[in-house]
Amino acid sequence: MKRTLIASAVAAMFCVSPGVWADDMQDIRNEIKEIRDSYEARIKNLEDRLKAAEAKALEPQAQAPVSKPAASTASFNPGIGLILSGFYKNLEKDPGTYAIAGFMPSGGEVGPGERGFSLSESELNVFANIDPYFYGQLTAALSPENEVSVEEAFFKTLALPAGLSLKGGRFFSSIGYLNEIHAHAWDFVDQPLAYQAFLGGQYGQNGLQAKWLAPTPVFVEFGIEGGNGQNFPGIARNKNGSNGGAGFVHVGDDIGESISWRAGLSYLYHRVKGREFSDESGTFGGLTNRFDGKSKVMIADGVLKWAPNGNPKDTYFKFQGEYFKRKETGELAFDINGDPLANPFAGATSAYSSSQSGWYLQGVYKFLSQWRVGLRYDELDSGTPKIGLVGQSDSATGIAISDDDFSGLKKFKPKRLSAMVDWNPTEFSRIRLQYAQDKARRDITDNQIFIQYIYSLGAHGAHKF
Amino acid sequence: MLRTRGQTQAVLLASPSLSRGGEGGDGVALGQGSRSRFGETHPHTRLPREGEGAFSWVLGLMRAILFSLAFFTTTSPALAAINILSTTPEWGALATEIGGDKVTVYVATTALQDVHHVEAKPSLVARARNADLLIATGADLEIGWLPVLQRESSNRKIQDGNPGYFEASRALNLLEVPANTDRSMGDVHPFGNPHIHLDPRNLLKVASALAQRLAEIDSASKASFESRNKSFQERMSEAIKRWESAAAPLKGSPVVVHHQDQKYLLHWLGMKEVAALEAKPGIPPSTGHLSDLLQTMQREPAKLILRSAYNDPKPSNWLAERSKIPVITLPYTIGGSVNAKDLFSLFDDNINKLLAGIKQ
Repeated sequence: MKRTLIASAVAAMFCVSPGVWADDMQDIRNEIKEIRDSYEARIKNLEDRLKAAEAKALEPQAQAPVSKPAASTASFNPGIGLILSGFYKNLEKDPGTYAIAGFMPSGGEVGPGERGFSLSESELNVFANIDPYFYGQLTAALSPENEVSVEEAFFKTLALPAGLSLKGGRFFSSIGYLNEIHAHAWDFVDQPLAYQAFLGGQYGQNGLQAKWLAPTPVFVEFGIEGGNGQNFPGIARNKNGSNGGAGFVHVGDDIGESISWRAGLSYLYHRVKGREFSDESGTFGGLTNRFDGKSKVMIADGVLKWAPNGNPKDTYFKFQGEYFKRKETGELAFDINGDPLANPFAGATSAYSSSQSGWYLQGVYKFLSQWRVGLRYDELDSGTPKIGLVGQSDSATGIAISDDDFSGLKKFKPKRLSAMVDWNPTEFSRIRLQYAQDKARRDITDNQIFIQYIYSLGAHGAHKF
Repeated sequence: MLRTRGQTQAVLLASPSLSRGGEGGDGVALGQGSRSRFGETHPHTRLPREGEGAFSWVLGLMRAILFSLAFFTTTSPALAAINILSTTPEWGALATEIGGDKVTVYVATTALQDVHHVEAKPSLVARARNADLLIATGADLEIGWLPVLQRESSNRKIQDGNPGYFEASRALNLLEVPANTDRSMGDVHPFGNPHIHLDPRNLLKVASALAQRLAEIDSASKASFESRNKSFQERMSEAIKRWESAAAPLKGSPVVVHHQDQKYLLHWLGMKEVAALEAKPGIPPSTGHLSDLLQTMQREPAKLILRSAYNDPKPSNWLAERSKIPVITLPYTIGGSVNAKDLFSLFDDNINKLLAGIKQ
């Protein structure tokens, strides 16, 4: 009975247990599966992390979300760039006597500068799009004499229709080719003689420029400028309206894949009132004269760049030249500060007219990715100015005026030959050696050696062609 | 806006005095060879000959302008086609894929030019002047010339922030975004490696973004852009599968590159960039660095040395000769090799060359 009971209990147990056991088995299986899944997940996680770590080791980057901020200069901080530059100069002749013979001194940046070690202007650039309509830029020059000057400070429109744009403030005029280019981007240490003689180095406008770019597949651009004309060949005048006008046209295109060119014609007009300059008179010694009248400068410029397949990274050749012609007509006042008792012609005015010209040609060859060589030839022709006073004589004293009394303006052809080699470890640094044989002074040949460094820090605005 | 322009052109076309029909061709200037066609066919835009006076020079110029105007207005193929200027051949090709005959594409550079070092040439300024859409890679790849080009173009459409300025790199995440940047590290790109087109999966993303942008500019053609994009996505996705299986043997292969411009291709194919000929990005390979590389390569040789079509071949040849590691020139972009004619053949060629390379 008891056995039967046990047996039936066992039987009952067995009867029930298959179901119970099956559940347990299922649980156990599930548990094992869970454990396996969890381990697999953890292993996969570890593998993934290892992979990610490997990838990270391979490419040290942070994956930013796609909605990252704009990858352009359109951030709120303006681009800020700084140019550091300096020289060592070995000048055979005293630079204190430098003047371009045959030409009225421009009072600008003329001559090779001081001997020995010197600092060049440090250039601070701040630029940005102001809003959808305007772009703004400041270039401040910190001079080695611890002065700050505003080289450029201008706005330029971005949203005018029909290819028009307007630029205003202080800016380097778009006349010629080199005039717009900042000193740190010059291919030689100094400006061509023509720029020094006719524009005082570089012509800066304080005014407005309007430009129209023609809707043609060939680059054709017209521009006019009006300004206060305070810079040489103009002079500051207490006058309303525009006092210095300029106009230019630029044309450019490619020839095949490898050659690009641009050519231009420019015209600069000033009414000059009170341009005083010192001169040396054979009769009266050092004195000051004054010119009043019109000054017209015409410039024809051209630049041609060649690079194999149009890729200038390792090799290029750049050929450029400009021709200047200047006509000045008006009156010349002689010895304006002179004593009438010593000089009967002191303060005498007479008609003056001059026609002067000048040109340069230069070639720069990048023969390795970090090395360039360049050669430049400069020549000016002062012509003989027509001065009414020359040939006149004073009956009382018997003193006659000859061209020796305007010795600075006597006909001369200044010449200069420059050769340079520069090393550019990157596009942000440049070290240059330049030799020049300078014959800008009458009967003086100056052998000049320059060593120059130029460094560019921070954001660097892209250069024009 | 576009339609207005089209109507103006129609009027000009109807005027016999301005029409110079028959000249110029279809106006689609894409790829090498055709880029400067407009300039070359123009006899009136030569530099003046010696002896020609200033007056005749000016006259010649005026003639050139007049003829160019007439020429320009009569050679647009579709009246309302979107005028696209693309900085590089790959985006030009993509724009043609998505835009079809609704766009006219001009490409600013070729595969043989290092796009970091191009200049804002007058010919490009003239093209930018007339563009309805400027397509750039962005991420500072074109920083050395594009800002000037935009400013000098006097074209408000293509300024930053306008629908007419499209940056491909904005459609995706970039590789190699540096944690901090300093120029002592070379010419690093603060926004990441910008050579994005060499991963075809990126092209899919850029294509969709571009289709959207084109529709924004020309809403009337939205359906066309969408369907062309769909077709492109399908064809490209299929091709990607094909390329991935073909390129399986390349996985894990260590390679040396010239510049970090093949990063996306290598990343996609699972290859390993173990060294670069440029010690730092953008700095030309120095003999010192090359000798160090040679020693490393003798210890742990890479499978291949890669250079792009526009790279100076000397450094890679130098290393290849001494290390006995094969060097191959990859097209980098369309036009970089005879076979790389469009976006599809570009990758065909890349993969074929890599496969052939590792078999050597």
